[in-house]
Amino acid sequence: MKKYNYYLLTLIGAAALLSSCGNQNGGGKSSNGALSSSAAEKVYVAPGEQDEFYAFMSGGYSGNLTVYGLPSGRMFKEIPVFSQFPTSGYGYSEETKPMLNTSFGFVPWDDAHHPDISQTKGVLDGRWIFINGNNTPRIAKIDLTTFETTEIIEIPNSAGNHSSSFITENTEYVVAGTRFSVPVPQRDMPINEYKGNFKGALSFISVAPDDGKLNLEFQIMMPGFNYDLSHPGRGKSHGWFFFTTYNTEEANSLLEVNASQNDKDFIAAINWKKVEEYVKNGGGEKMPANYAHNVYDEHTHTATSTMKKEVITVDPTKIPGAVFFLPTPKSPHGCDVDPSGEYIIGNGKLSADLTVHSFDNMIAAIEGKKFDGEAYGIPILKFEDVLAGTVKSGGLGPLHTEFDGKGNAYTTFFISSEVVKWKLGTWEVLDRKPTFYSVGHLMIPGGNSAKPYGKYVVAMNKITKDRYLPTGPELEHSAQLYDITGDKMELIYDFPTHGEPHYAAGIPAELLSSKSKKIYRLTENKHPYAVLSPDKARVERNGKEVHVYMSMIRSHFTPDNIEGIKVGDKVYFHITNHEQDFDVPHGFAMIGQNTSELLIMPGQTKTSLWEPKKEGIWPFYCTDFCSALHQEMQGYVRVSAANSNVPLTYTLGE
Amino acid sequence: MKKASVLMIIGPLLFLGLFAFPLWNIMLGAPQYPEPLGMNIHIDGIRGASEFDIQNIDGLNHYIGMRKLPKAEDMWEFSTFPIVIGVMIALGVLIGILGFFKKVSYKWFMGWFLLMSILGILGMYDFNAWMVDYGTNLDPNAIMKLANPDGTPMSYKPPLFGHTKMLNFDVTSLPSTGAWMMFIGMMFTVIAFYLGLKSKRQSTTK
Repeated sequence: MKKYNYYLLTLIGAAALLSSCGNQNGGGKSSNGALSSSAAEKVYVAPGEQDEFYAFMSGGYSGNLTVYGLPSGRMFKEIPVFSQFPTSGYGYSEETKPMLNTSFGFVPWDDAHHPDISQTKGVLDGRWIFINGNNTPRIAKIDLTTFETTEIIEIPNSAGNHSSSFITENTEYVVAGTRFSVPVPQRDMPINEYKGNFKGALSFISVAPDDGKLNLEFQIMMPGFNYDLSHPGRGKSHGWFFFTTYNTEEANSLLEVNASQNDKDFIAAINWKKVEEYVKNGGGEKMPANYAHNVYDEHTHTATSTMKKEVITVDPTKIPGAVFFLPTPKSPHGCDVDPSGEYIIGNGKLSADLTVHSFDNMIAAIEGKKFDGEAYGIPILKFEDVLAGTVKSGGLGPLHTEFDGKGNAYTTFFISSEVVKWKLGTWEVLDRKPTFYSVGHLMIPGGNSAKPYGKYVVAMNKITKDRYLPTGPELEHSAQLYDITGDKMELIYDFPTHGEPHYAAGIPAELLSSKSKKIYRLTENKHPYAVLSPDKARVERNGKEVHVYMSMIRSHFTPDNIEGIKVGDKVYFHITNHEQDFDVPHGFAMIGQNTSELLIMPGQTKTSLWEPKKEGIWPFYCTDFCSALHQEMQGYVRVSAANSNVPLTYTLGE
Repeated sequence: MKKASVLMIIGPLLFLGLFAFPLWNIMLGAPQYPEPLGMNIHIDGIRGASEFDIQNIDGLNHYIGMRKLPKAEDMWEFSTFPIVIGVMIALGVLIGILGFFKKVSYKWFMGWFLLMSILGILGMYDFNAWMVDYGTNLDPNAIMKLANPDGTPMSYKPPLFGHTKMLNFDVTSLPSTGAWMMFIGMMFTVIAFYLGLKSKRQSTTK
């Protein structure tokens, strides 16, 4: 009981801290920046005009990725990634079900966190965007010509895939670190034997330079801490990767208290080039594993899932000079590297200050072998030796930092609910602006690269409260847009975001818009059940399985009358959209079907499974208002008794 | 006369442009088609201004009962026109060469021009007749049967030259690169005739 009271007091204290800071700096009503005419002009994108930047926002618990325009804050698309998406049939169609396959079977959801756009020489190249599934550890790749998820790889030996999915300077690797350490391999053991027995896997997944194919190359088996966020070195620090850790206490219960006891946790600095070389020379241990690798083929319009059975694990203590710990105060969250690659910023989330490490100091300390002990055989560098400076911000709860490419950094402060602008090198605070409310991450287009486009910063807030018209207890999250071209940041817009954006990636519109596909070419459709000309449309029975090879074009299905289907059949509608015109999708839905509709793009084939349960005449129709004759785009299927002799026929216009 | 003959050779050679560039261009813009659909009419067939335009125009036309746009093999014109143009080029160049060596008089230049003009007018007449047939000879079971205010069935004949509004479409029909080259080529032959006439007069006044 005594213990309980202590915890309760702590909680009340924390709550008081949170609310008092909110009062000091929240100041919601005082800010009406967006109402001033200049702010309105800055965000106004006139009808028919287009935005300057794409912003890809993670959907958090929606499992997906949303696409917005900046500065308008208009949402263009929700890209289904880890979650079933009835709007398009993703995860429901026969072709896309394999995308959500895992070693746990079909998992229809995930918690999508940190998108990162591919880079070449540290500069955004706009080929792909990657995002991590946090809950059932996975990494997804989205093709930025189709804005569709084309690959998902599961990460074995990982749990809470949080310090992910960040890429190296030339997209050599997309990196995924585990937040929760777990027994490796998984086994039945007492939870309280965590300490010293659990492992934290940091996974390096290679990205093939031509087609982007993912392959899990190796996992570094680190001590059982929590690996929170990570970022690549760039420029002179290219070849290194930095991960923040917390719970270096290795607590297994009531972490909010027990993982907050050490004054300093670590940033783990990984020389991945050394590890890569070690593995190339036969180093590491091949370990049995079971993880899914799901690949979507744009030409067959079909995903395949392959179970992989082996992974190479690496013991970091066996590679001298590969891994070091940089002491960093107060359970750091964000781990951010400035555009030059010199500064590594640890955002100690229980602190008022930011800790900035210097890459040059780190190398000097390593070369001078100035170690301050070790943890599980990994050398710890001296805090004072690697420290470049401390930003005395006056804020509370720094989470994440990005850069404008002009020598300034912008850090979010969750507890004091603000964005703070400060100067790299002098560590001087230049400006601070409130956010509404409790900001998590922020994003500057290219802000996590060697070449930021420092015009806007988007703050992604965790709490919305009164920012928009109320919609009951559940609200969308809220984002704020600041103009950062002047000395002071200017709040210019406020817009709701879908799901819970944990992070976002922005890119100049012209890098993507010109190569965005308009249609899929019918002549390149290699789907095994596609019909490439309407005269090939047909229905085939194979026992209780019926395959309908159907085509669709404005404004009819071929065929649209089908007879000879029986109760208990499994009817597969394989439907090919024969349009080759931009923005003319057709939909398909069948009455009483235990699945979602399909939305089929021009030139694409999708398959829907229907298991008719009752005799009768059952209509299907196009769900996308495709044309003036859309309402006429319908058909009927006659379902007869299981033992009937009605012959299988299929017709159009008879 | 030498200058005139050179022009008489160059003029017909400009007609070679017809084998590379479209003769005529018809663009169809609509609210739903901010990037208009278009067809380029070449002497040997109709091609889309963009890759899938023909298919998409046919797709739209089926609502009003128009037939599909003809493929090259569907119309005799598309096999005949290249031959006629080829023969006329050869003939024109031959006349120019003979003129250069003073084997024929400048009057032949005008003769070629007049023959080409007659063929051109016949071609235009034929083209227009095809458009009339294509735009008015509609499927009686068309999805949309629209009538003019006076009750006569609406025609979808594109204009031969210029712009017209057709339902939701703005249709613009204009000569294209091939036609302009042809036009310039014909002007060259007229100038050739004029220069020939002038040098003849000069030589007679001397």
